[in-house]
Amino acid sequence: MHIAEGYLPPLHAAAWTVVAAPFVVHGARAVVRQVRADPDSKLLLGAAGAFSFVLSALKIPSVTGSSSHPTGVGLGAILFRPPVMALLGTIVLTFQALLLAHGGITTLGANAFSMAVVGPWTAYGVFVLVRALGGGLSVGVFLAAALANLATYSTTSVQLALAYPDAASGVLGAIVKFGSIFAITQIPLAVSEGLLTVLVVRLLRQVSLPELTRLGVFRRPAVSVKEA
Amino acid sequence: MSRFSLVNWLLVLAVVVLAAVPLVFVDSETGFGGADGLAAERIEAENPGFAPWATPVFEPGSETASGLFALQAAVGAGFLGYFFGAARTRRRLTRHALGPDDPA
Repeated sequence: MHIAEGYLPPLHAAAWTVVAAPFVVHGARAVVRQVRADPDSKLLLGAAGAFSFVLSALKIPSVTGSSSHPTGVGLGAILFRPPVMALLGTIVLTFQALLLAHGGITTLGANAFSMAVVGPWTAYGVFVLVRALGGGLSVGVFLAAALANLATYSTTSVQLALAYPDAASGVLGAIVKFGSIFAITQIPLAVSEGLLTVLVVRLLRQVSLPELTRLGVFRRPAVSVKEA
Repeated sequence: MSRFSLVNWLLVLAVVVLAAVPLVFVDSETGFGGADGLAAERIEAENPGFAPWATPVFEPGSETASGLFALQAAVGAGFLGYFFGAARTRRRLTRHALGPDDPA
């Protein structure tokens, strides 16, 4: 989902930066607040960031004959809520933009919005929903991480389509066009990301059960079915 | 092997299979080039005369890049390993303090 340096027109690049910036600033404050309120969770927070760091370095071959990578933002979003991942995900993207020429500084806003904002919020929303509907922990974690991955790449397709609408079929046609580059490639990767996130949560439950309980990971949100 | 470890290893195996199957059975024209690059090529192909208006500040050669990707993964995995080691030890010590009879 890394839009390469200089590939978004200046106006789009600036607009996405403006859109993503408040989320990242809010995320930075959320990290500070989290560490102050619960200093013992600092290591786990680092581990959530490290997970995203590892996964986004792994380019995995897919069935379409091209490679892509997981994002690893679902884990942190489930454990610490999405704002925290807005900062951690953006740090990962900045590292890759500056040192690996993967992504870019002009496209950092757009990439941060897809991977560090839309991805984590999708993960969190899906997780809460699955748990509220009575789904198990692993099912919730799997769907959250996998759908966060797909949502990230769908957002990238929309961003590219807005910048480069199709001559004949407009923005919608372009969404389909860019989506087709990513979608099928991304499905096995989303599954891999889901499985890896489930694995890490299983291991975490084994070694730091009290922390996960304190963070409310096992809490089942009350189902609020509105009676019409 | 406990059921816990078995499921964990099966999860690892599934991920390895998902990555290995395309490598073995799919004949890639691009040698499994990145999907990000495909999107960029598409833009160039459909917008003649397109040139990115910014270029990366620093662009490592492919050898250096592979090293930096490995470094990124190593830093992340290193920290995760440290975390799990620390958490495991802490759990063991707490258990020990709570009940000396506990075999763990």
